[in-house]
Amino acid sequence: MTAPLDVARIREEFPILRTLVRGKPLVYLDNAATTQKPRYVMDALSAYYETLNSNIHRGVHHLSELATRVYEESRAGVQRFLNAADPREIVFVRGTTEAINLVAQSFVRPRLRPGDEILVTHLEHHSNIVPWQMLRDEKEAVLRVAPIDDRGDVIPEELERLLTPRTRILALAHVSNALGTVNPVKRLVEMAHRRGVPVLVDGAQAVAHAKVDVRDLGCDFYAFSGHKVCGPTGIGALYGKAEHLEAMPPWQGGGDMILSVTFEKTTYNRIPHKFEAGTPHIAGVIGLGEALDYVASRVGLDAIAAHERDLMEFATARLLDVEGLRIIGTAREKAGVISFVLEGVHPHDVGTILDQEGIAIRTGHHCAQPVMERFGIPATARASFALYNTRAEVEALAAGLRRVREVFRP
Amino acid sequence: MSDLGDLYQEVILDHYRNPRNFGVLPEAGRAARGDNPLCGDKLYLQVRMKGDVIEDLRFKGSGCAISVASASMMTESVKGRTLAEAQALFERFHPMVTGRGAAEGLGKLEVFSGVSQFPVRVKCATLAWHTLRAALEGRPDAVSTE
Repeated sequence: MTAPLDVARIREEFPILRTLVRGKPLVYLDNAATTQKPRYVMDALSAYYETLNSNIHRGVHHLSELATRVYEESRAGVQRFLNAADPREIVFVRGTTEAINLVAQSFVRPRLRPGDEILVTHLEHHSNIVPWQMLRDEKEAVLRVAPIDDRGDVIPEELERLLTPRTRILALAHVSNALGTVNPVKRLVEMAHRRGVPVLVDGAQAVAHAKVDVRDLGCDFYAFSGHKVCGPTGIGALYGKAEHLEAMPPWQGGGDMILSVTFEKTTYNRIPHKFEAGTPHIAGVIGLGEALDYVASRVGLDAIAAHERDLMEFATARLLDVEGLRIIGTAREKAGVISFVLEGVHPHDVGTILDQEGIAIRTGHHCAQPVMERFGIPATARASFALYNTRAEVEALAAGLRRVREVFRP
Repeated sequence: MSDLGDLYQEVILDHYRNPRNFGVLPEAGRAARGDNPLCGDKLYLQVRMKGDVIEDLRFKGSGCAISVASASMMTESVKGRTLAEAQALFERFHPMVTGRGAAEGLGKLEVFSGVSQFPVRVKCATLAWHTLRAALEGRPDAVSTE
């Protein structure tokens, strides 16, 4: 049993939460789009520029040595965060999107023949659909989609049927950004591996809400973005099993990813540097390291998970009390996200009226148009939670939604 | 609060609940689709001309209150007008909803002046007008506000 979160103290650590919107306290419930940042992360960014700024992996001078050390410490931090076996299995990228593109281009592309298959699920974010479509079109491959049921759960038996001798990758979300569904990743990975199919997990919506253990999941690749887990934008990480990363060609050429260059031949650097061409987002990497330390060590992911589970249950009950509200996505296990529609009111109008009350939610298709189409709706309103949200904020949301009903009363 | 009241005026809510000129127009002659991908608004507009005059028009689709009400009121305000008159209306409507022009002289359409306080909602209010222009100019493919 973990100690409950001291949310009041946590809120003190996020300066932006003191913002007033039109004179009302900000109620930030758009965490699936991006989370707010604790002051430790901002401080780490400033400290890098104020005391360490220099390029890494090349200077013999003092600052470069220090910056390189802090940069590589962040890599080890990501390794611990994901429980990867080795820091060399962590590649820094701009975010989940870039990580997926890296795997598509460098791992899947060379092994894809015409007629081969790529398998995704119906609840993917566009960034786990489009890179595969681009590859499909180039290689005359086939993109298969594992269906979801009316609750928004992937149907394991259906997915299993779609794993064929021609399947070259299964790419699926750990947690759906549009519905909050938590996929039974471990079970699906075992299924895929029994047929020799490697698995990429899009962890963008998962890492902020519960402990992720890539060795327990057994996945071949795991991608996430820093900004959705209290870190800076523009930085994320790809975990890949060392054996895969070793065998993969680099995907961008440039500095830092080489050992030696002549006009005749270039010898590539070892992993993970082989995949980090050019001067990286050093400040971002350091900020990401600080963010992961914050959620995993200073606060603790078990405590965060328990707090959010409570909030999700409370919010689900409170929202269902609102007349005409229907929750979209009622998966057996959900994390962080409640998508809903209000009868007779378009989500965009819901969002505008809530914004007048200082409540920030997301409205639209959430970059998951196939999910919207599956449920026969053009859009939803989505409230998404983080460690610093409170029951009082959920009450504010419910009150805001009653206000929406008043405005639209027939 | 006054801002919200400016946006969701009773006239607008009425047109949202009971859109005028909604449905399919037989023998339309001209048509266009409009999309607002950000919020998922979709519009299909059909227009029948008689010479230079917009004799009749209808729309179908789904969207937020602002986009549906704007489509409904657009059809009412341009029906029976000449191409040039419809064009002139849009040229005054657009500055009003973006806050760059006065609301005077637009008649019923003045209820949309509150939109200018909500910059992200401007494209909801203008979608139907962009779609009308596309239909009149013979561009049937989807116009997008993005």
